[in-house]
Amino acid sequence: MNPWGFVQVALALLLSPLLIGVINRTKAFVAGRRGTPLLQLYHDAAKLLRKGAVYSRTTTWVFRAGPIVALAATLGTLPFLPAGGLRAVLWFDGDLLVVIALLGVARFLTVLAALDTGSSFEGMGASREVTFSALAEPALLLGLAAMGREVGSLSLSDMSSGLTAAKWFQAAPAMMLAAAALLVVFLAENARVPVDDPNTHLELTMIHEVMVLDHGGPDFGVILYGSALKLWVLGTLLVNASLPVRTSSVAIDAAAFLAGMLALAVLTGLIESAMARLRLAHIPQLLVGATALSVLAIILVLR
Amino acid sequence: MTLLLAAILLLILSGVAALVSEDASHPSASMGAFGAAAGCALGLTAALMVLIGGQTESLRLAWSVPRGAFLIELDPLSAFFLIPTLGLSGLAALYGSEYLQAGGVRRALGPSWFFFNLLVASMAVVLVARNAVLFLMAWEVMSVSSYFLVMHESEKESVREAGWTYLVAAHLGTAFLIVLFLLLGREFGTLDFGGPGRTIAAAPQVSGLLFILALIGFGTKAGFVPVHVWLPEAHPAAPSHVSAVMSGVMVKTGIYGLARILTFLGPPQGWWGWVLIGMGLSSGILGVLFALAQHDLKALLAYHTVENIGIIALGLGLGVLGLSAGLPGVAVLGFAGGLLHVLNHALFKGLLFLGAGAVAHGSGTREMDEMGGLLKRMPWTGATFLVGAVAISGLPPLNGFVSEFLIYLGAISGLHSPAATAVAGVGVMGGLALIGGLAAACFAKAFGIVFLGEPRSGHAEHAHEAGPLMRLSMALLAISCAAIGLLAPRVVRAMSPAIATIAGLTPGRCRDLLTPGTGSLALVVTASVVFLVLVLLLAVLRRALLAGRTVSETGTWDCGYARPTPRMQYSASSFAQPLTDLFGPVLRTERRGSPPRGYFPDDAAFATKTRDVWREELWRRVFAAAEWVLSKFAWLQQGRVHLYILYIALTLLALLIWGLP
Repeated sequence: MNPWGFVQVALALLLSPLLIGVINRTKAFVAGRRGTPLLQLYHDAAKLLRKGAVYSRTTTWVFRAGPIVALAATLGTLPFLPAGGLRAVLWFDGDLLVVIALLGVARFLTVLAALDTGSSFEGMGASREVTFSALAEPALLLGLAAMGREVGSLSLSDMSSGLTAAKWFQAAPAMMLAAAALLVVFLAENARVPVDDPNTHLELTMIHEVMVLDHGGPDFGVILYGSALKLWVLGTLLVNASLPVRTSSVAIDAAAFLAGMLALAVLTGLIESAMARLRLAHIPQLLVGATALSVLAIILVLR
Repeated sequence: MTLLLAAILLLILSGVAALVSEDASHPSASMGAFGAAAGCALGLTAALMVLIGGQTESLRLAWSVPRGAFLIELDPLSAFFLIPTLGLSGLAALYGSEYLQAGGVRRALGPSWFFFNLLVASMAVVLVARNAVLFLMAWEVMSVSSYFLVMHESEKESVREAGWTYLVAAHLGTAFLIVLFLLLGREFGTLDFGGPGRTIAAAPQVSGLLFILALIGFGTKAGFVPVHVWLPEAHPAAPSHVSAVMSGVMVKTGIYGLARILTFLGPPQGWWGWVLIGMGLSSGILGVLFALAQHDLKALLAYHTVENIGIIALGLGLGVLGLSAGLPGVAVLGFAGGLLHVLNHALFKGLLFLGAGAVAHGSGTREMDEMGGLLKRMPWTGATFLVGAVAISGLPPLNGFVSEFLIYLGAISGLHSPAATAVAGVGVMGGLALIGGLAAACFAKAFGIVFLGEPRSGHAEHAHEAGPLMRLSMALLAISCAAIGLLAPRVVRAMSPAIATIAGLTPGRCRDLLTPGTGSLALVVTASVVFLVLVLLLAVLRRALLAGRTVSETGTWDCGYARPTPRMQYSASSFAQPLTDLFGPVLRTERRGSPPRGYFPDDAAFATKTRDVWREELWRRVFAAAEWVLSKFAWLQQGRVHLYILYIALTLLALLIWGLP
């Protein structure tokens, strides 16, 4: 148990909506627009929490439980999440499974809440979500396993603090492959381009946004915040894996980690500005490709 | 031991009582059901006492069968398997007492209860028998009584076909077991296998052959791909409480047999582990893929049994590999995960089959595409089915996650080991991740399409909730799923004598090796509790936020379409379509139908059917060839009894001559 790990939990709770703001400002900047304020998501969530709610007559308690269970599961991952050299509150060899499984719970309930509306649009979104996440899961786990083998532990905290620059460069090809796989998973799981387009306005083409069409009021506020938190969680995994700044100074490590998160947000904005969404039929190829990268990384570290 | 014998006797006697009572009126049939429940409770007590006490009880009686005695023994491994077997069977009997009464067709229930109780008793005997002849006799009774249970609705042709396939498969499997036990008896010099730590001292080729025989013989009962083909047909055909027992625990006798044989074979060879892991991966992945393609709720659950047997095989495979590579830490985690998954799968699959029975009974159909919105009409069944669905998808905080987590832990410690074991670890991790993702997809479909949304047909619209006993059984199973999830470290410690038996370690050493694993499990439970507390807090917060605000109801957002109907909802087939298309080359789904034509299309139809590839492509050909060969010998079969007696006499004579010194 590491009480300093709560610092990371607080950072995640406070700063995660900011990442979305950075992504949107980056996209606006590239497109030559002024864009929404950096803190827009905070305002949106606060406003939604002050509203009443409208529910479909079709829905049951599952629909109402969906957002809060999803948020609770995402919050539940935070005690296991290290930030750069800073260890998490709790850790053990294999704690990444808990993080992945809790994200799975969040997804399962979100999908069920979508199906609870009886809308074919939300059914579509749910169907795509389970398809792509089933393919993304091996890529994520095997990518992390490659790093775990290199460091000698499959605890996120050990992997993060043990991944020094020397170690990273010694196994650079494997680390880069794994990081690339994690980037694809990060984009896919957070419904970003090229897998999903958060800006789309056509229900037929959406994945994550269409699943939450019928949610409103405080429920939707909870969903927005939960999505931002999930972006932070998966982003942390990626930054920990690809930015091996581990010095003796906590301040430098923390600054490097935060800079990494901001850079990831900017990178996401740039990717979204530079390319269009893939056709739905081509997304599995991307995800299977990511799994292949993870497997290659493992072969390299097992060698 | 006396307690267990009393339980078995009670099961058989109440079964006979149910059979001989003339009419199928309520009291006589319920004698079978409550006799079964009481017998299971008695036997469960005996098994729990042995597992917790850790000492082995045995009973040896002389009998006229040569080369051995009537020997039964209750050791921790038997006790561990008895717990789910008797626990689930007892609850299924309670459920069945109401379920069968409510069945649409009036038929005599005496035989059904007779065979049910016989099935439970024979499973118990299989688990404690330590004599080859006794074991095979119980095994045969188990196969035949479950065959008669499958044939409950024998007026349907599909049921007769399923029963026939099952009978053939069961006996082909038994043939391998007979050879196995004869060879094993030759190595041991006796047909008794009792006593702790008995192993054969045979050449590696012989023990390898024995392993393969056990894998095929017991694997047929367990449902490993490709010898699983009977399972997805027989399990759905039976009445639901029987499906629960068959899928939840009867297939586990195959796992038990494999585990027990492993303890006889001495130090395992590395390739056994690889074969088991390969079996596990193919059963797990193909099982869940075929499950995704089903739209009959019970067929979907039956294919998930194949998947879960695959997960258990992954655990056993890691265990065997760990033992052979001299990594006992990997071995105990693999065996612990595999064994715990045996218990967990019994609980959640039992629960899901009972739920499916309640749905089929309440709505009158098993076709998922005709269901929808059942959560409002069957709130209890729906809530417990959701618990089962979360558990089987391997998600926290329920029991399915715990056992898969242990197997993952085994794979992780394999990953930290030298390269060969590490490769196995990676394979298990990747396979489990894919299986887990696909299972979650499949149960999002099963629960979402059946219980959520709007009713897709009149069947679903007029569905009604199950009766009190049925609800009680399902609720108890759901509570057990949650309890094992939240008490995981204690459960694993309690079952460590059973793990020690199969790993060939002393109980103390096994407990020491498990300590890191239980430590991790304690943190997993912490995470689960934190998660549940957060859910509670957020629920309170949400209630507080919405208090005093306008909360109104309206229709679902329909994108401005004026006349939405429930038929526009996503169906089971459409939900799974991206995945079934992706794996189309494996699944070979047949599509039939006529697309809409013209400006005012009047009729259009579409239907898919996914047959079992192994049955169609492999076994159908094998059996066609066998039929062709065997038809050449048809002249031997005259249908006259005296000729058959002559054959027997001639055979005996030939054997006598052959045996002359």
